[in-house]
Amino acid sequence: MTKQQANWSPYDNNGGSCVAIAGADYCVIAADTRMSTGYNILTREYSKICKLADKCVMASSGFQADVKALQKQLAARHLIYQHQHNKQMSCPAMAQLLSNTLYYKRFFPYYSFNVLGGLDNEGKGCVFTYDAVGSYEKVGYSSQGSGSTLITPFLDNQLKSPSPLLLSVQDAVTPLVEAEAIDLVKTVFASASERDIYTGDKIEIVVVNATGIRREYMELRKD
Amino acid sequence: MKLDTSGLESAAPVWGAPSELVDGFSAAPSFEVPNTTDFDGFQKEAIQMVKPAKGTTTLAFIFKEGVMVAADSRASMGGYISSQSVKKIIEINPYMLGTMAGGAADCQFWHRNLGIKCRLHELANKRRISVTGASKLLANILYSYRGMGLSVGTMIAGWDEMGPGLYYVDSEGGRLKGMRFSVGSGSPYAYGVLDNGYRYDMSVEEAAELARRSIYHATFRDGASGGVASVYYVGPNGWKKLSGDDVGELHYKYYPVMPSTVEQEMVEVAGA
Repeated sequence: MTKQQANWSPYDNNGGSCVAIAGADYCVIAADTRMSTGYNILTREYSKICKLADKCVMASSGFQADVKALQKQLAARHLIYQHQHNKQMSCPAMAQLLSNTLYYKRFFPYYSFNVLGGLDNEGKGCVFTYDAVGSYEKVGYSSQGSGSTLITPFLDNQLKSPSPLLLSVQDAVTPLVEAEAIDLVKTVFASASERDIYTGDKIEIVVVNATGIRREYMELRKD
Repeated sequence: MKLDTSGLESAAPVWGAPSELVDGFSAAPSFEVPNTTDFDGFQKEAIQMVKPAKGTTTLAFIFKEGVMVAADSRASMGGYISSQSVKKIIEINPYMLGTMAGGAADCQFWHRNLGIKCRLHELANKRRISVTGASKLLANILYSYRGMGLSVGTMIAGWDEMGPGLYYVDSEGGRLKGMRFSVGSGSPYAYGVLDNGYRYDMSVEEAAELARRSIYHATFRDGASGGVASVYYVGPNGWKKLSGDDVGELHYKYYPVMPSTVEQEMVEVAGA
């Protein structure tokens, strides 16, 4: 007589893909807006991107309920920080906060695959990539979610720079200008939605630069 | 039809909000544990989701001049390479290093925690903590989480008042003092090269080259290791990063392509 397994899981995967690219003085963060469960589409207009601080934006794919809880947790901690320090959190500081927040649920993880993007204290673009339990790394570009295995090789081909671990530390940011990076992001999502069923409908693109944060949209395949 | 609603029952307390939010920084981190009947099964599933990166090669050894520490930089999730630029040598403080093998998040978090504890020790005792002490702190923490699914295989290397120190600490609760260690899926290959070439009295350059070669050979044969071979040296003045070389380039440096002698060259035939 086999042990009866639980037929209810606390997790679900709502699919979708996120991408972020860091430039010399900007950062582009993008995600599709499709939210699915199994083979069904729940909505075509769900935003996976959240502004955490003035110069810091997070995109997350995975289980959107956990993502929403995580965003609320980070927003609350950011508010406490602002009260205590009288300033906004910088992107690298928020990156470590996110890592610790994820690890505090090490034994009941947030099913959330995150990509954090923004400007560091010097105004240079930075992107941080995470796994579900908080290990993080500063990179020049990153992709997470259902389409990441399709997107990352393409970004490697276009953007790959010498490893930051080589002795002569080189900048991870891409030499592309803002307009070229946005174009690359649109291309990448257009390709991903051709071959990944969970990616499509619309892309939401957020650009963080010295003048502030701006948002644009692009239509994708609806099938 | 009677629906099975047992999964919807919540055993969470009615009052008592999680302490992290209310107290801010002062509360000690406490880990939420899911309230299930089958904790082990749940953990097995959670681990599958997290899929810790076990594929790695790290090594460290003590020699006459100090401690040499080296590692690759590949992180794999199953068969997919999730990153080629992972920092597997973690700088705990200016005179102590830790290596990462097993779960990336587990190693990063607990090494950072160890760094905090080491600094608190310095402030409380007005002197630096020893490598023995630091490794014991980490080993005790990992022992208390034994069986919960943490995956950590780390080496703590440093220079303290007793000279160079090297300890291996893992998530099963093991802690070993030693002169040579290699941890990870590529460790058998690294041991082969390391044990063969090791002598106690080597210069810093010779030791660095031995460490680099060992990592290179491990990345050559082990699919789960690769990327950049980083080599660090820990001496009486603290650690210093000596080199970071892409293992693909190291291959052609160690085994350059020899132009083979041509016996007979093919000649173009005039078009038919």
